[in-house]
Amino acid sequence: MFQIRIHGRGGQGVVTATEMLSVAAFEEGRHAQAFPSFGSERTGAPVVAFCRIDDKEIRLREPIMEPDALIIQDPTLLHQINVFAGLKPDGYVLLNSHHDFEALGLGDLVRDRGRQRMCTLPATELGLKHIGRPIPNVPLIAGFAALSDIIKLESVIKAINEKFSGKVAEGNIAAATEAYNLVKEQMKEHANA
Amino acid sequence: MPFQPVKFYQTGTYTVGNRLLDPDERSEQASENRSNSINSGHRACQGCGEALGARYAIDAAMAESNGQLIAVNATGCLEVFSTPYPESSWQVPWIHSLFGNAPAVATGVAAAMKVKGRREVRVVAQGGDGGTTDIGFGCLSGMFERNDDVLYICYDNEAYMNTGVQRSSATPPAARTATTMPVGPEPGNVFGQGKNLPEIAMAHGIPYVATATVADLRDLEYKVRKAMKMHGARYIQIFVPCPLGFGTASHDTIRIARLAKESGMFPVFEAEHGEVTGVLKIRHKVGIEEYLSPQKRFAHLFGKHAHPEMVARLQAIADRNIRKYGLLEENN
Amino acid sequence: MLKQTEGSKAVAEAIALCRPEVICAYPISPQTHIVEALGEMVKAGELAPCEFINVESEFAAMSVAIGSSAAGARSYTATASQGLLFMVEAVYNASGLGLPIVMTVANRAIGAPINIWNDHSDSLSQRDSGWMQLFAETNQEAVDLHIQAFRLAEELSMPVMVCMDGFILTHAFERVDIPSQEQVDAYLPPFDPRQVLDPKEPMSIGAMVGPEAFMEVKYLAHAKQMQALELIPQLAAEFKQQFGRDSGGLVRTYRAEDAETMIVAMGSVLGTIKDVVDDMREQGHKVGVLGIVSYRPFPLAQVREALVNCKRFLVLEKSLAVGMGGIVATDVRMAVSGTGLKGFTAIAGLGGRAIPKASLHKLFLEAEQENLEPVTFLDLDWDAVNKQLERERQNRHSGPIAENILYDKGISSAAKFG
Repeated sequence: MFQIRIHGRGGQGVVTATEMLSVAAFEEGRHAQAFPSFGSERTGAPVVAFCRIDDKEIRLREPIMEPDALIIQDPTLLHQINVFAGLKPDGYVLLNSHHDFEALGLGDLVRDRGRQRMCTLPATELGLKHIGRPIPNVPLIAGFAALSDIIKLESVIKAINEKFSGKVAEGNIAAATEAYNLVKEQMKEHANA
Repeated sequence: MPFQPVKFYQTGTYTVGNRLLDPDERSEQASENRSNSINSGHRACQGCGEALGARYAIDAAMAESNGQLIAVNATGCLEVFSTPYPESSWQVPWIHSLFGNAPAVATGVAAAMKVKGRREVRVVAQGGDGGTTDIGFGCLSGMFERNDDVLYICYDNEAYMNTGVQRSSATPPAARTATTMPVGPEPGNVFGQGKNLPEIAMAHGIPYVATATVADLRDLEYKVRKAMKMHGARYIQIFVPCPLGFGTASHDTIRIARLAKESGMFPVFEAEHGEVTGVLKIRHKVGIEEYLSPQKRFAHLFGKHAHPEMVARLQAIADRNIRKYGLLEENN
Repeated sequence: MLKQTEGSKAVAEAIALCRPEVICAYPISPQTHIVEALGEMVKAGELAPCEFINVESEFAAMSVAIGSSAAGARSYTATASQGLLFMVEAVYNASGLGLPIVMTVANRAIGAPINIWNDHSDSLSQRDSGWMQLFAETNQEAVDLHIQAFRLAEELSMPVMVCMDGFILTHAFERVDIPSQEQVDAYLPPFDPRQVLDPKEPMSIGAMVGPEAFMEVKYLAHAKQMQALELIPQLAAEFKQQFGRDSGGLVRTYRAEDAETMIVAMGSVLGTIKDVVDDMREQGHKVGVLGIVSYRPFPLAQVREALVNCKRFLVLEKSLAVGMGGIVATDVRMAVSGTGLKGFTAIAGLGGRAIPKASLHKLFLEAEQENLEPVTFLDLDWDAVNKQLERERQNRHSGPIAENILYDKGISSAAKFG
């Protein structure tokens, strides 16, 4: 079972991101379970949502305390809560920022964990560019697909088409595709570094 | 305008004998086809104004709907005296659910009829003043606001008579009830701000609001029939004296109802979409004392330890009603 | 059709397939997504003929359902928590009148302190209301139980609550097989009421009933639930035939055959429990599970049968009878009375407290060792509790309890996600 935890703020589509991840996994014939942290959070408040992916039925209902992957939709959360709590030693980290980890004061983390499974992505900018709104969730799940290979980009695109239609879907697909490619390039650089 | 074409009197009362009218102008109560929707054999007290009001109203509604009527009843005297199991006085399909939910139950019945394409079936909900102005107020307001296709009739006897005459928000100031006893320096019910439900109903802008009394059968029938010709939320409040709760003789029910209207204490009017469209004028204005003094619930205002100042305040309420609704004829 | 969807959305689709005629609801978390989805379907005309009524309170919601059901329309509503309590008078009335209303309860804690998260306090508070109560383990089961609930309600002319864990199920996206309209139509015939308000045949419903007949009316409500004990398994069997899925029934066991320690629970926590039991089985522990689907009627015989061969059992419940202990546990003990079986109660997950595998694992091992108090509070923070007790001993004006506990724990809700 692969467990993903997404941190963000109310209004950034955190819950939607986990739902779309679960739909993408479902499209690949796998079992998936997405659920929010069950809060009554208002816009701007910290929000957590979870997604489990497995090849068999998922019965577990506990919150994800030891994730295999973290997606952080808002770097301002880094100073507010311990988003890395419980992250497995070989866990993935995808952070929404146009800075790298060192610039964000996370140099130690990179040193400890290595770069193979860590990446930053300017997802808000991609959202603005392709969708016209600073919503980073879709670029981030596409970026996660690139980072982890847990799901395929085409499955993310299927999930987008299920959720949106017309111009919004097109914009999201463009954002997802660019995000996917950006992360793949970064990972290539990391591998060569 | 309310039905009021006949201006002559008979045998010292204001009642116009049906035999003086053309058959098609006669009241539904005089019709041999009247439905007797609440049949004899029920267990109301002698002189019960509510039993009378309910029969007048539901028979008129039955006539207007060609017998296609479902009635919903709030808990209260009417419900209790009409249906001690296994008997029922109701000749119409009738449901009682709870004290405070008759308007919502009626909404449900109306919705079911709509879904089933039975638009000819009409729905009447009814309750006493406690079930209407107090505990059922939320559901009533919701039904009004949605403009559900329900005629709600409140039989107003100004207190919780079913449970032994306790105060409701429709109880008039100074009145004695079991929870507003005539003791202390300010005996009886408080002089509050009152809760004018017909006006609250009007504030919802619903198609039709009216008041009536059991003393004016023909006006009452006219208003029920008019309401039944309309769709959407409609509200009629009928003044129904309770001999037990008012402390009046059982043969005085009609007289007390008439005095309530003639004194201005119970203004009789109708309104459409929030605007008053008709007023039943006072024919022979009476002072408030004439209305109050036959009722034991006001006995503490008179006699040895009289409270003339409270009587004056009640008179002021009546006077305000008279001014506000224009209850007096121009030439009076 | 198999799809990945939200529990609430799936339930709304299931309700739509049942061809409800009147839906009334008042919004309350975590029920909202169900009625929002249904409202949209009605508004779009996808669900015709159906009336969707936005009422002003839960009391009105149940009251509208009472009116529409008595007038012969298949009626549905949904609520949770405070909403269920707000409608209680009408809840009892609906069952007293014998009206086959189906209601989803998106299980949520009852305040104060106000809390929107999951536990079973709300529907269990209506244990004796005369409603049948079916608990879903998964969203698939929630879908299936709703379809069965209309059959059950209408055959017995009694109302049914389908209980699904708030947020944990209602807001979870997971795989659900939504049946086709043809399948549901074949399973669920049109509503043919036993009593109906109709000018064609006037009858009085809801008369006052005195001491001479009240006991009989109440007994018949009980008798109907006893009939349901037979009907529920039949409906589940028929459901399996029609839809090819095991769903519903009275109880369900898991790895119970040679189990010495049985864990009894209701709702979605059964999933986590099964995972723990699998782990423990691998380590050689003889642990099994009894899931209760039908809480009312309570299947005494089936519970007894499922437990009679074990050595001890632990009832894990998301509810608390304050001043007594377990609510479900009391019924389970009634079922095994006379067997001499050792029984334990664990109160867990109140107000959405997470029930982690690790805590359950530890608890089940302790149960196996019979090293438990009769009533255990899973993951209770004793430090916080004792601190408050001490504060109350020290200070007459110790202040509001909930606020003190929050202060002691230094909680900013934002920092908590585990």
